[in-house]
Amino acid sequence: MLLARTRSRLEDWLYHLGDITDLAGQTIREFVRGPMEKALILQQFDVIGVKSLSIAMITSMFIGMVLALQTAYALAEFGGKLFIGKVVSLSLVRELAPVLMSIMVGGRVGAGITAELGTMRVTEQIDALRALATNPVRKLVVPRVFATTIMFPMLTIVACALGIFGGLIIAVTSLHLSANFYLRSVIDTVKYNDLASGIGKTFFFGFAIGMIACYNGLRTTGGADGVGRATTVTVVVGAITILIMDFFLTKLFLLSF
Amino acid sequence: MTETFAPDRRAETPPTPDRRKHPRDVFVEFRDVHKAYGDKQVLRGASLKVYRGEVLVILGGSGSGKSVTLRQMLGLESPDEGRVLVEGEDITDFPEQELYRVRKKFGMLFQSGALFDSMTVFDNVAFPLREHTTMSEEEIAHAVSQQLELVDLPGVEELMPVNLSGGMRKRVALARSTVLEPTMILYDEPTTGLDPITSQTINELINALQRKMNVTSVVVTHDIQSAFSVGDRIAFLDQGVFEWVGTIEAARDSDHPLLREFLRSSAVVAAQPRKQESNGQQQ
Repeated sequence: MLLARTRSRLEDWLYHLGDITDLAGQTIREFVRGPMEKALILQQFDVIGVKSLSIAMITSMFIGMVLALQTAYALAEFGGKLFIGKVVSLSLVRELAPVLMSIMVGGRVGAGITAELGTMRVTEQIDALRALATNPVRKLVVPRVFATTIMFPMLTIVACALGIFGGLIIAVTSLHLSANFYLRSVIDTVKYNDLASGIGKTFFFGFAIGMIACYNGLRTTGGADGVGRATTVTVVVGAITILIMDFFLTKLFLLSF
Repeated sequence: MTETFAPDRRAETPPTPDRRKHPRDVFVEFRDVHKAYGDKQVLRGASLKVYRGEVLVILGGSGSGKSVTLRQMLGLESPDEGRVLVEGEDITDFPEQELYRVRKKFGMLFQSGALFDSMTVFDNVAFPLREHTTMSEEEIAHAVSQQLELVDLPGVEELMPVNLSGGMRKRVALARSTVLEPTMILYDEPTTGLDPITSQTINELINALQRKMNVTSVVVTHDIQSAFSVGDRIAFLDQGVFEWVGTIEAARDSDHPLLREFLRSSAVVAAQPRKQESNGQQQ
């Protein structure tokens, strides 16, 4: 019984993996084939990037502040205050800003994309597109996946800056360090490869979130209930995928840089 | 929102005699089509010919496979077994890219209208023109306005689909699906969910489009009033098979038990009884 259920789950999982890979292939093909619809792309840049700016900024600033407080507390007996800039900047740039920003923004953006495409699917709008001899992948998937792939790294850059700024606020106000010392320590610590590793990962996160969200949206069935389920699946699978990808990408980047 | 009703143009222009002759030029053909969804077998060997210039009504109860038949004609789904031919071309195994070429011959009115709800009425109707033609925005504006007049909805260009009533939504959808002047129009339950007056308006619109555009039409419905209003022939679908195919007149006189049973439930049979009944014989 348990074996049969495990096997069925595994088959389902492989089936979805195959389908999403196929959709990713079609998306890349349509992107390469072009032409890009600039108006649709710009609209998605706004929906996915600009409208996620506040969530990315608030998340990263408070992470930076908490990180500064915790580091000072944990390293107090080793004179840790002096390492606040190093720890905060390195943790943020290499790991926390890319991953937490991607999970937060991925949840918001992924749920939005799945709900939108899922509603289009259950109200026959996707079929209407196909009936009007228009490829839904070119019209709907390409702009969204392109926007998530480009905007996630952009948002990560903002998140890194705001996180470091959050650390600066705590360093100056609570730990009585000078802003100059903190910033010098940040600049001395963060190297090109740290930035490349941290920001580089988010291209993959953005692509993955875009694909998962579009895939779940396009295969939605079962009316409003189905849209709700598909949206939940996108948020959960998106977050887990980011964490798993993060591990493998970190290994890869450590080997590469 | 107030409905603008189309006048009954059938009173102005009688149906052309050619329409009732059913020329033998086949537009779409189904050959022994089977389709299942999981364990549920929907089509079990459906065979059908749709002739150029006619209005074929596919009648059948809920879940009999009517809408699936339309989706197969358009290549939105492919059959598990059997073949689907459009103008003699076997589209059964066509890849999606190849099907786009075939679909340009069709216009489809979906049951819900399926208007793009993020776009205005204007953008919805303009969508196929922007996608498939090189017309300027000025030309598109003119074509959209003409198309909306054709469905008796002038001046609604800037409304969003959410602001339209059910009947208006179907008419805008009809305007969108016919803007590229297709040679065949598919109607999926065009009157379902509409009040009787709006349903009649849609029926009149189907007749008007048929005359103006000289197209081939397939209407899927379980509304017998609608079927008798617009159809030249009826194909009765039951349990995934076309049980009976013939003219409207022959349908009224048919002895096919299932079709009789289906028609008996309608007001049409009551209003227009079988010939023997009208001669005073009780069944």
